[in-house]
Amino acid sequence: MPADSDPPPVLRLRGITKRFGPLLANDDISLDLAPGEVLALLGENGAGKSTLVSILFGHYMADAGTIEVDGRPLPPGQPRAALDAGIGMVHQHFTLADNLNVLDNVMLGTESLLSPFSRRGAARRRLIELGARFGLAVDPQARVATLSVGERQRVEILKALYRGARVLILDEPTAVLTPQESETLFDTLRQMVDAGLAIIFISHKLDEVLRVSQRIAVLRAGRLLAVLPAAGADKPLLAEAMVGRAIEMPRRVPAPPRTGTPACELRGATVRANAGPGRPLLEGVTLSVQPGEIVAVAGVSGNGQAVLAEVLCGQRALHAGSLHVAGQALPPRPRAFVDAGVARVPEDRHAVGVVGDLALWENAVLERYHRPAYARLGVVKRGAAIADARALVERFDVRGTEAAGLHTPARRLSGGNMQKLILGRALMAAGGEGAVTPPLIVANQPTWGLDVGAVAYVHRQLLAAAAAGSGIVLVSEDLEEVFALADRIAVMHAGRLGEAHPAHAWTPASIGLAMAGGAPRPAAAAA
Amino acid sequence: MRLERRTTPSRAALLLAPVAAIAGTLLVASLLVAWAGAPVARAYALLLEGGFGSRFAITETLTRATPLILTGLAAAVAFRARLFNIGGEGQLYLGALAAVAVGGMHGGAGFALPAWLLFPAMMAAAALAGALLLLGPALLKSRYGVDEVVTTLLLNFIVLLFVGAMLDGPMKDPSAMGWPQSVALQEPLQLGRLVERSRVHTGLLGALALAVLLWALLAFTTLGFEIRAVGANARAAAFAGMPVTAVTVKVALLSGALAGLAGAVEVAGRAGYVTLDMSPGYGYSGIVIAMLAALHPLAVVAAAVFVAGILVGADSMSRTVGVPTYIADVIVATALIAVLVATLFTQYRVRRAVAK
Repeated sequence: MPADSDPPPVLRLRGITKRFGPLLANDDISLDLAPGEVLALLGENGAGKSTLVSILFGHYMADAGTIEVDGRPLPPGQPRAALDAGIGMVHQHFTLADNLNVLDNVMLGTESLLSPFSRRGAARRRLIELGARFGLAVDPQARVATLSVGERQRVEILKALYRGARVLILDEPTAVLTPQESETLFDTLRQMVDAGLAIIFISHKLDEVLRVSQRIAVLRAGRLLAVLPAAGADKPLLAEAMVGRAIEMPRRVPAPPRTGTPACELRGATVRANAGPGRPLLEGVTLSVQPGEIVAVAGVSGNGQAVLAEVLCGQRALHAGSLHVAGQALPPRPRAFVDAGVARVPEDRHAVGVVGDLALWENAVLERYHRPAYARLGVVKRGAAIADARALVERFDVRGTEAAGLHTPARRLSGGNMQKLILGRALMAAGGEGAVTPPLIVANQPTWGLDVGAVAYVHRQLLAAAAAGSGIVLVSEDLEEVFALADRIAVMHAGRLGEAHPAHAWTPASIGLAMAGGAPRPAAAAA
Repeated sequence: MRLERRTTPSRAALLLAPVAAIAGTLLVASLLVAWAGAPVARAYALLLEGGFGSRFAITETLTRATPLILTGLAAAVAFRARLFNIGGEGQLYLGALAAVAVGGMHGGAGFALPAWLLFPAMMAAAALAGALLLLGPALLKSRYGVDEVVTTLLLNFIVLLFVGAMLDGPMKDPSAMGWPQSVALQEPLQLGRLVERSRVHTGLLGALALAVLLWALLAFTTLGFEIRAVGANARAAAFAGMPVTAVTVKVALLSGALAGLAGAVEVAGRAGYVTLDMSPGYGYSGIVIAMLAALHPLAVVAAAVFVAGILVGADSMSRTVGVPTYIADVIVATALIAVLVATLFTQYRVRRAVAK
């Protein structure tokens, strides 16, 4: 239902403009939001979605432009005023106090410091009533620390509703959910819309956007490109609008598995937290990857994938079980893994992938500066290192280095270019001087937060490496990525890894069930 | 008001920050000078003249700068690797004590070795003493995550009491009329004068050489690369395969050795023996100097000369206009705070959030 003229808009943005130095983050954006409507904000990273909602919520002040809620101007730069006007926001990273219970979290900041009594009873009744009305049942007495990610998101939404939100902003709400949890969220959204709430739904997942929203606002490079009705739009159209050109996403071409020494052979791997009692972080994990094969490890974040990736990158020792890389047992030290030819892409680019304050060329040789090719008698051979960095930049198309060239601090690179640098470094370090394919690639969330073009690039590199004979372990929470790349998929839940079944044997439903801890086998195989 | 992170700190801002910091410091200190009842302009003129205005002033400033360069380097290299060594003062004293232990006139004569052998042994002992003193805190930090700020700071007091005990005990100079001071260094081990009729000694050259060496180490060697990487992002360095614990230990040894050498150079270049008041907080001033220098070894030299000039100039200012010499300590301490604030503003800008 495109809101033409019938209901007056609950929210009206006019000419919102925001600059960060030379960057025009929002360029004259005007939008209306009608009650009972879901408007999707679609755009790549850096398109200006976050800036726009931050301005809306009062975190930033626009350089120009006005915001009206129900026809009344909203004072800029005041989150309090936005809350009072009925704008609620659910951030991608939750803002809950873990040590408090649900009711306390919801009431936090809503009571006057001067009032002598707390109205917990009334608040509790209201919370239960809201929960029942919108299908957001949560126990008000439960401590937030004990809740699952999906439940925490429900608490965030309840918090906004409790404060009387009539416009709800959801920032990438499905990024942390299983497919089933996402379905539940969509049901909730439908009920809220029926009750007359207006919702801004931020996402870069095209399927969801098409399903959930009535209208889709496409942002690119700070400008509002178009507002399209969801009915009649399709994925290729949206993708092209978002990126500005047609992007062809590479897909795995199934190939017969190679035989021989497995690239990676993990048997009964167990890791305990600080070697103490309690549930192990990793329990009896067995995984075998053949050369030329991509095995994806899927799962909801926090189920042990990070620990598994650390084991495969040489950052953690096993308390029980064994790990062989290309038939070789390695000591649990990152350098041993690098030298054995394991190409490693860490989950957190900024915190673990690069040393942001060091120059690009220094980051390019971060894993191998000590080798004779780059150091003699303890002195870094700057020329050789810089030459190699230049080769990396050219071969892996790392951009954004024009100004200071290879001496740019790595922190200034965009996410996509940073990831190209890390991937290139890993492949080159493992491959030695030439272009030898590493026996094993461990890629942990390799495209998290990247724009579509960079995602396609990373996927092509991984597929090419597999075609050339590298075994790849792909740890990913992005099911689209998992299905696009993997030969076999295993699902991780509560520190245990299910058996890796061929990708075609899984369906989104069966994988979602396994991610939630249900039957760890594909439905297709069971049915 | 709120702070917004700058996307890219400008070069001009980075260069201007220390200048602005010093200007702010002098402004704050001028309030205290005025409060003490002295004419501000005259007092600063005297301070400047006393620190840099004559041959005598300059030689005194350089004499004072010598240990400060070394403690400044000690702090700079440790801070580069995010090892917050606050124990420079203790390392300096232990280095001084070790120097006298090797090169002192025990029993009236000391070790009967030729000076060319004894002098390096003396310096090595001082460096080793300082290095080993920092080794413990570094290992505790690496292994068990014990905060090195606490351990190194508290070790200062332990070392000072230990030095006091030694000066009143085994290493006491019997001919010092009961004063707690150590036996004197053997005459041939003492450093020569660099300038006639002044107290500047050849230790200054040593300190300058070490500054250049440390700069080269950080800029060109694999160890320097590791130190910079571990300091800037230890997690990424560890992921890439750098031996983070080993780097931390090496940095600790280096930093402690530099502070220990500061003690030995001070003993060999000035008094010739150890007393409990030989350092007016050189170890702590080294931290300020390192921060003023943005942890750059060559800038440490300039910052040390600046701080030394203030300390020397404050003496002569206080003699003439009666402002207590403590003003020097205030200036140095304020400079540290001002530099920290100035550095913050190179990274962030202040935005007024609320219009009207």
